[in-house]
Amino acid sequence: MGGLRDLAREDWDILVVGGGNAALCAALTAAEAGARVLILEAAPKVYRGGNSRHTRNFRCMHSGPLSVLTDRYGEDEYYDDLIRVTGGETDPNLARMTIRASEECLPWMEARGVRFQPSLSGTLSLSRTNAFFLGGGKALVNAYYNSAEDLGVGVAYEAEVTHVALSGDAFSHLSVRQGDEAAEIGAKAVVLASGGFQSDIDWLARAWGPAARNFLIRGTPYNRGVVLRDMLDQGARSVGDPTQCHAVAIDGRAPKFDGGIVTRLDCVPFSIVVNAEGDRFYDEGEDVWPKRYAIWGRLVAGQPGQVAYSIIDAKAMDLFMPSVFPPERAETVEALGAKLGLAGAKLAATVAAFNAACRDGPFAPTELDGRGTEGLSPPKTNWARPINTPPYYGYQLRPGVTFTYLGLQVSDAARVQGAAGPLRNVWAAGEIMAGSILGKGYLAGFGMTIGTVFGRIAGREAARHAA
Amino acid sequence: MRPDPIGEARRQIEICNACRYCEGYCAVFPAITVQKSFADGDIVQLANLCHNCRGCYYACQYVPPHEFALNLPAALAEARLESWERFAWPGGLARLFQRSGGAVALALGLGVALLFAAIRAFGTGEGEGFYALLGHSAMVAIFLPAFLLPLLALGVGLRRYWREVGGAPLRLADLRAALKNAASLRNLGGGQGQGCNFEAGDRFSDRRRRLHQAALYGFLLCFAATASATVMLYIFGLEAPYGFLTPPKLLGVPGGLLLAAGSGGLLWLKRKTPKELGAPSAWSAENAFSALLFFVAVSGLALYALGGTVAEAALLALHLGGVAALFLLTPYSKMAHGFYRLAALARDAQRVRAGAGDRPG
Ligand SMILES: Cc1cc2nc3c(=O)[nH]c(=O)nc-3n(C[C@H](O)[C@H](O)[C@H](O)COP(=O)(O)OP(=O)(O)OC[C@H]3O[C@@H](n4cnc5c(N)ncnc54)[C@H](O)[C@@H]3O)c2cc1C
Ligand code: SF4
Ligand code: SF4
Repeated sequence: MGGLRDLAREDWDILVVGGGNAALCAALTAAEAGARVLILEAAPKVYRGGNSRHTRNFRCMHSGPLSVLTDRYGEDEYYDDLIRVTGGETDPNLARMTIRASEECLPWMEARGVRFQPSLSGTLSLSRTNAFFLGGGKALVNAYYNSAEDLGVGVAYEAEVTHVALSGDAFSHLSVRQGDEAAEIGAKAVVLASGGFQSDIDWLARAWGPAARNFLIRGTPYNRGVVLRDMLDQGARSVGDPTQCHAVAIDGRAPKFDGGIVTRLDCVPFSIVVNAEGDRFYDEGEDVWPKRYAIWGRLVAGQPGQVAYSIIDAKAMDLFMPSVFPPERAETVEALGAKLGLAGAKLAATVAAFNAACRDGPFAPTELDGRGTEGLSPPKTNWARPINTPPYYGYQLRPGVTFTYLGLQVSDAARVQGAAGPLRNVWAAGEIMAGSILGKGYLAGFGMTIGTVFGRIAGREAARHAA
Repeated sequence: MRPDPIGEARRQIEICNACRYCEGYCAVFPAITVQKSFADGDIVQLANLCHNCRGCYYACQYVPPHEFALNLPAALAEARLESWERFAWPGGLARLFQRSGGAVALALGLGVALLFAAIRAFGTGEGEGFYALLGHSAMVAIFLPAFLLPLLALGVGLRRYWREVGGAPLRLADLRAALKNAASLRNLGGGQGQGCNFEAGDRFSDRRRRLHQAALYGFLLCFAATASATVMLYIFGLEAPYGFLTPPKLLGVPGGLLLAAGSGGLLWLKRKTPKELGAPSAWSAENAFSALLFFVAVSGLALYALGGTVAEAALLALHLGGVAALFLLTPYSKMAHGFYRLAALARDAQRVRAGAGDRPG
């Protein structure tokens, strides 16, 4: 592919901003409908695919066994699961439409080279609801890029879109930068699929507060919300809480960006979690981990320095998947505290108080076993076994941001809404509009579902417009 | 190459164990996920189980320049190479013939020269066909040790391997599973038969598996041809040359064709694959090894086609020289990979049989 200027001279029907799942689904759909499509991806080729390249599965409705999915997962059950995590902050029509459309996504994906595998070891609880990608999200992204190449879709890497030029209710061209080169590229329609803004730390800090500077970003550094900001500045209607982001507690030693799945830590329910002062601050055993996974980012973010420490003993070591960084390890709790940079005596006192509040009873790691503490504040309501079997292990926890909620409001045809009503030739898909459906919380595998469903709709509508 | 291949492989395997996205590609990942920590022997076993299909490289979100710097196919290739050198007996020979294409070529040259010299010295003119050029006893004197010594050396290496990876006493079922797996090269199939990522970047292709099959089955047919000729000679007293409708020719000609096509094709494929996804320091020796197989196949076919002409003596020396080099290098060259691979597959069959879920993942 030539430089930006050469691309600008070509006659494109549709420009797709972004190079992740939503962008690719839109580009494939539009190109299959006969449109001339150009993908503008801000990242270099090895990092193409945004956060989609970190994913492992998508959540798929199915009325009977489908590919690797077992049993059935109906619309109502799916919808109930969604309502439970969003606390009702969802658009019921868009949500139900997305859920219903997910079923036909799976064969569509397979036909474009995506392969599925049975749910990964350690994730059995998802084998009915979530279809796992063979090789993960990057393999999915590769398959789509190859299918796009076969269809003659143009792809420009390291091509950052800086401005979406609108006149009235219509898009005319994009301003694009590639290294030192800048160009304006026009087309009949545009699909915006450039993700959220979580990698613009300044924006995150303005929205959340200065504590956000200590957050780690789990995915790509290229999702800086440049296009989202530009559209909002031009009056596009927004959805989703502008101050919130989805954050989970991850290993505090993870890289600032792009640490992905391996920085996840699943030890919290079998541990006690203390802050930098050595004090506990929340019930670690409130619920099974998949259900409490998402609140711990926020909890840790509320602690001094946005850091916390999960402490376990040898008994708990084999109860969770290994993390990428080995834990600190010591023969006594005091020594462990010192290694973690905590006051050892204080940590020992906290552990001793916890141990004294533990009661005997059956321990069942995979279900709520009701083995709670007595007279401890805050309590630990399940899996409370004394921490008394050396060696002791400790992990540092920090908030890891998955995505931001603020997005563009879209119609059920993925059309972006301007100040004065729908824009004529601008569509959006994926994280950049996910707030339209997911106002709060997160349901595992739903991000890819939204991107696939809306990417296909956006591609179809844009191609229809361009035809 | 990183200074400590086993340590580097361990570092990467631990990252994979926290990720597991590649679980469906091959036998390596299911073997990883049943463990939490990895002793040196575990790493060696995983390295030998890897068929270098490269699927896990192209699927990995952590490849360089990401700071996790994942390149598992290369890390396992280096660990594998290091293990073969350590297990080989005597070890120095493996370091030479696994890393230096020039040394492999030199071995071929020496083999051919030896055969020319032998023909000159022992060509009796008596007997028929080849035996007029090189008498029975000379043939036996050269090829019996060329066959038995490498077998002995391989046996020593495999024993060391088995000990290091903590193998249990071998059962027939383990061997059967390993042979079945090798016969279909399942681990080059990408998990769903789509092939591997050798020569087409992140696209899947089944070419390498097919060419390797051709080379493997071609080699086995050639071997069977030689074995049948031995039986015909020593049991039935039938002397070469054999007609086309005899086992040595019926097996040998298609075998030679397959081996030539397979080894030649693999050499050609290799030019299109990025070196850094394997063990770069073994590159020249691997190429030389494929070329040696090709040489043996083509010279054998030529010998059959031009038998009885003036070229026969020269072709016989070339072919038998190549065969001698190939046999003698077996424990020390890329040829050894097949044997270690079988051992790794058998060991993996034991693991599966013992119950994959015996350790919490
Ligand atoms: C570690 C991790 C694991 C996850 N696992 C799952 C999972 O298993 N299942 C699931 O459903 N969801 C998962 N998610 C969420 C999921 O990644 C997102 O919901 C989904 O990838 C969003 O797709 P997208 O195409 O909208 O955005 P992305 O895939 O992030 O793509 C955005 C693209 O836009 C490009 N871009 C950004 N700005 C510009 C610009 N100005 N100009 C040009 N290009 C630009 C980026 O480079 C990128 O290619 C996970 C997220 C993370 C961080
Ligand atoms: S190679 Fe990469 S994607 Fe595959 S399991 Fe390892 S870390 Fe995960
Ligand atoms: S290169 Fe292929 S065979 Fe080797 S570990 Fe990776 S996926 Fe498995």
